[in-house]
Amino acid sequence: MKHLISLSLTCLLWLGHSPAQASDMAERIKPCEACHGDQGRAGPDGYYPRLAGKPAGYLFNQMQNFSQGRRHYTMMRRMMDPLSAEYQRDMANYFANLQVPYLSPTTRSVSLNNTQMARGKQLALQGDAALQIPACNSCHGENLMGNTAHVPSLLGLPSAYLGAQLSAWSLGDRTTLAPDCMGDIAKRLTAADAAAVTGWLAAQNVPTQGGAKHPTRLATQTRCGSAPELHGALQ
Amino acid sequence: MKHCSPTCKWLASFVTTTLLTLSAWVLWDNWGRFIHSVDAVTMSATSDSTDTITRGKYLAHIGGCVACHTAKGGDNLAGGRRIDTPFGAVFSSNLTSSKTNGLGDWTENDFASALSWGRSRSGRLLLPVFPYNHTSVFTPDDVHALFSWLQTVPAVEQAQPTHQLTWPLGTQPVIAVWRSLFFSPSPFKANPNESDAWNRGAYLVQSAGHCATCHGQRNALGSFPAVDDVSGGFLSPQLWLAPSLTDATQTTLSTGTLNDTAHLLRTGQTQHAHASGPMAEFVQYSGQYLTSTDALAIATYLKSNLKANSRTSTPSNGTLATSSPAAQALYKNHCASCHGDNGEGKPHIYPALASNPAVTLTQPDNLIQMALYGGYGPSTAGQPRPYGMPPYLFTLNNQQIADVLNHIRSQWGNQAPAVSPMQVDRARAAHY
Repeated sequence: MKHLISLSLTCLLWLGHSPAQASDMAERIKPCEACHGDQGRAGPDGYYPRLAGKPAGYLFNQMQNFSQGRRHYTMMRRMMDPLSAEYQRDMANYFANLQVPYLSPTTRSVSLNNTQMARGKQLALQGDAALQIPACNSCHGENLMGNTAHVPSLLGLPSAYLGAQLSAWSLGDRTTLAPDCMGDIAKRLTAADAAAVTGWLAAQNVPTQGGAKHPTRLATQTRCGSAPELHGALQ
Repeated sequence: MKHCSPTCKWLASFVTTTLLTLSAWVLWDNWGRFIHSVDAVTMSATSDSTDTITRGKYLAHIGGCVACHTAKGGDNLAGGRRIDTPFGAVFSSNLTSSKTNGLGDWTENDFASALSWGRSRSGRLLLPVFPYNHTSVFTPDDVHALFSWLQTVPAVEQAQPTHQLTWPLGTQPVIAVWRSLFFSPSPFKANPNESDAWNRGAYLVQSAGHCATCHGQRNALGSFPAVDDVSGGFLSPQLWLAPSLTDATQTTLSTGTLNDTAHLLRTGQTQHAHASGPMAEFVQYSGQYLTSTDALAIATYLKSNLKANSRTSTPSNGTLATSSPAAQALYKNHCASCHGDNGEGKPHIYPALASNPAVTLTQPDNLIQMALYGGYGPSTAGQPRPYGMPPYLFTLNNQQIADVLNHIRSQWGNQAPAVSPMQVDRARAAHY
């Protein structure tokens, strides 16, 4: 009888364990929500990027980049510096598994004229061979929603944030593990092209959640240290 | 000099002689001993046993050698880490076994000379950002252990970046004068009237722990504090206060047990106190590697240094913090869900704000830092996944932050000087 009681108590404890851990992680990431919004769905001010549903590998890489000085933002450095890589990975996995609705495109876009929109669309979906700029969707997923462990979606982000990232990359202020493919591409983009492509991306509707992700067409000449899977390496 | 009177001539020769004498003294003080071999260091007879190397590795971790000599995201001990000081930024040196950039070509005597005299192999005086007042406390045995371990660190070919100091700061004559004023080696002196634990604690605090580097008082020239001075200091470019470890009202040393203090050093928190800012950094890079025996020894020594409450007798300048309905509402909306309606906190998760010495420090700098930037405690073996505090930098303005801090500094028995929006603004502008 004693055994039965202790066994059932253990079972109860065990049953209580998983949900307790999940809700506990929600408590542990509270500091992130101050800027990245409730459950990491995006900041209310049209700048801070969404974390929910981003690939865990990408999120983890960014946390490491901030704490190791490859990407610069005082607040993120202060937040990430004290944390171990294991804890950062836990947080990345937590956010990667969150499925929460996107905000509407009006909260993040800027108005561009038709010529600019057309140029933005061209860069995103076809690239510009003359300028050696691959199409965004050659790595970021056919539907630009990202489809590998380390490559993020480009839709559902504010144009202010996207533009700031491209300019940080072109200035060498945002870097990643070498070879830094995005740094190379951003340096080839003119300011006008960067504005066109980020404006177009921000204005797109986010495809409905849950659908199977489309495979990525690999950009043959692009080498990315942060996403080895793009070259056929194991994910 | 053409129309110089005899008095004037006398004065001129007096000044010249004094200057020459002082220069000679500074020269002798800094390089004189270098003519002869450094006799303070006797070569240890111990062989490079595994124990010695392990002890060296332990000391290098708890002493912060690894922390300061490793750049963020860089190779272990290859140097290049930026350290901001009130006089400019300096970059740490390469301690790997590289023969060109590191210590690969050094003899143990060279190394001992750097640790006990602050002088490099070439005779160059080292910048006092390297706390050689503290490393001079190390016993020859520990110097030997450190050197033995460092020689096993794989070579990394990385040159030390150039310091960003305004001329003439950082030049040899300036360092020489500074050293003559503020540095003399202080080998450890044990106190036979105290216990072994106390003496071990004293040794660690004064050597590897280099607690006085932050917790000691410096003058405007950035003098070295005495190696056992833990009466409180201020980190000026970063704007963090290192509370006095001798004033019983400033930390939980007096109210907590020895185990509590040891736990704080190793995990970054106790039931009620949490390490933050530079102290969290210490725990992350150094404290968490302390053995429990050594952490307890440090606690024993520090607790014995506590002096009777000195603050209540000194009237604080400035008015005491008071609350307002607006401040109370801010507290309810932004703080109460974690820190509790009555500032009681949640044990091991969120620190209490009632009767927490960190909340009522006369200088509110640390509290302002926390309110603006929030942040996590350090991940340690004892607390691998610490909870954190959201930043209020973008949510609350300077007035609101001052209001809510004045609320917590005036409630639940707390009584501390008022925080002004100007003080909040200063921390916001520093952006460290």
